[in-house]
Amino acid sequence: MITRSLEWFGDLGSFSWKVLRASITKPFEIREIIHQLDEIGSKSFPLVALAGGAVGTVLALESRSSLVRFGAKSMLPAAIVYSIIHEMGPVVTGLVVSGRVGAGIGAELGSMKVTEQIDAIEASAVNPYKLLVVTRVLACILVLPLLTVAADFCGVIAGWIAETLADPISLQHFISKGFAGANFSDFLAPTFRTSVFGLIIGVVACFQGMRTQGGTEGVGRSATSSVVLSSLFVILADVILVKLILIFFP
Amino acid sequence: MKPSTAEIDLDSRHPANRPGEAALVLRDLHKSFGAQHVLNGISLTVTRGETLAVLGRSGTGKSVLLKLIIGLDHPDSGSICIQGQEVAGFGLDEMNRVRIKMGFLFQHAALYDSLTVAQNVAFPLERHSKLSESERRDRVKELLTSVGMEQALNKMPSDISGGMQKRVGLARALALQPEILLLDEPTAGLDPITSGEIDDLVLRLQKEHALTSVVVTHDLQSAKTIADQIALFNEGKVVMEGSFEQLSESNDDFVREFFKRDS
Repeated sequence: MITRSLEWFGDLGSFSWKVLRASITKPFEIREIIHQLDEIGSKSFPLVALAGGAVGTVLALESRSSLVRFGAKSMLPAAIVYSIIHEMGPVVTGLVVSGRVGAGIGAELGSMKVTEQIDAIEASAVNPYKLLVVTRVLACILVLPLLTVAADFCGVIAGWIAETLADPISLQHFISKGFAGANFSDFLAPTFRTSVFGLIIGVVACFQGMRTQGGTEGVGRSATSSVVLSSLFVILADVILVKLILIFFP
Repeated sequence: MKPSTAEIDLDSRHPANRPGEAALVLRDLHKSFGAQHVLNGISLTVTRGETLAVLGRSGTGKSVLLKLIIGLDHPDSGSICIQGQEVAGFGLDEMNRVRIKMGFLFQHAALYDSLTVAQNVAFPLERHSKLSESERRDRVKELLTSVGMEQALNKMPSDISGGMQKRVGLARALALQPEILLLDEPTAGLDPITSGEIDDLVLRLQKEHALTSVVVTHDLQSAKTIADQIALFNEGKVVMEGSFEQLSESNDDFVREFFKRDS
């Protein structure tokens, strides 16, 4: 088990080095990057927005009774906004994308691997790391912060709707109370840490896909392991990044 | 400075056919996967314009040999010399400069399933030729016409039969006007009539383009039709090399058994 884990990390390191080298040499596959931005970004938007909205609603419903009990009802907008922007928005976006995109990339590249399409790309004198991996990883890195903003927005709006149904409050008042005392770095660092989530999701899913073996069963295994491993590493990275953000942006 | 692989002028790629000169020389190739020794000292020479058919039982390393030649895998030891260049230790960029001189037809065609037939054939042209978009379109149409697939331009690979996929794969392999063509079981899984059509097509294209070819096959009839020389593999070694007639008249037990089984 330990040997296999070490082997896996070793292979991942070698894979990441090839990807890094491919990413800094010409030609840059701009058309494929745009295609992947659409595949990974636009098509994940509805799911991320829905998840963000659900989190905002649940936060409003759950926090309300506790804060009312302690006589801190006026803190509710700030509690919702702060929770969403600092933690729930980025983490939920990371996990939703690792589920949707991780499985998609793992299955797509896995299927290309077992049907020799990746070999065919290489035989055509095209670097598959550049065409298939760099484009997907870059799209994940660029798209995650944008999706996080969407999740944050939907979460805050859904939180306001849930709150205003229980105790009417104008959106303007909710927003001004929610963001009172917050500055730009409160928003910036948590949002951009999702680029690291994007890097993790892209690299792990592509790695699992490109090392697929064993036909359709292997493709299924790659899709599953892409989701499991990228979700796991997103959660671990979140813990580390939150600590770093607290150190550098106290 | 060596030319970039992205700057190939197809008009200048008509190979000078110099018969008798070695296009491909393999010396003492060894390849193992774990404890399994797949190739045990393969040495072969293919002269320019010649077609070599590699025959043998399943699992004797025939397809591995093609992958070593195109650089998809690396030999444990031995030498691969393509048109006078030793490529066994080449890095990615150097190998890519050699790869654009070669076309590869995969056993199951390996067409890109997210692209149409036309886009599949255009794929190497988009990346390695100087052709304009309209010239590229014409070239794709010309290639697909040459393999009898002009009617399938906008179809997806999943919408065409196995035989048609092989034809499209062949058109894609010929897109950059290669000097060496590697064919991995071009007739595997096809009915006898379609196999015959593919053989005729390969034979015609080899003559039209003055190609040097290595064909891996199980199909004796196919080897007889398209090959000038045949190498028979067993347990990762060349048992016998020669013309079809020489092999069919051999007294070697394995060769006789192989030819008897397939006749």
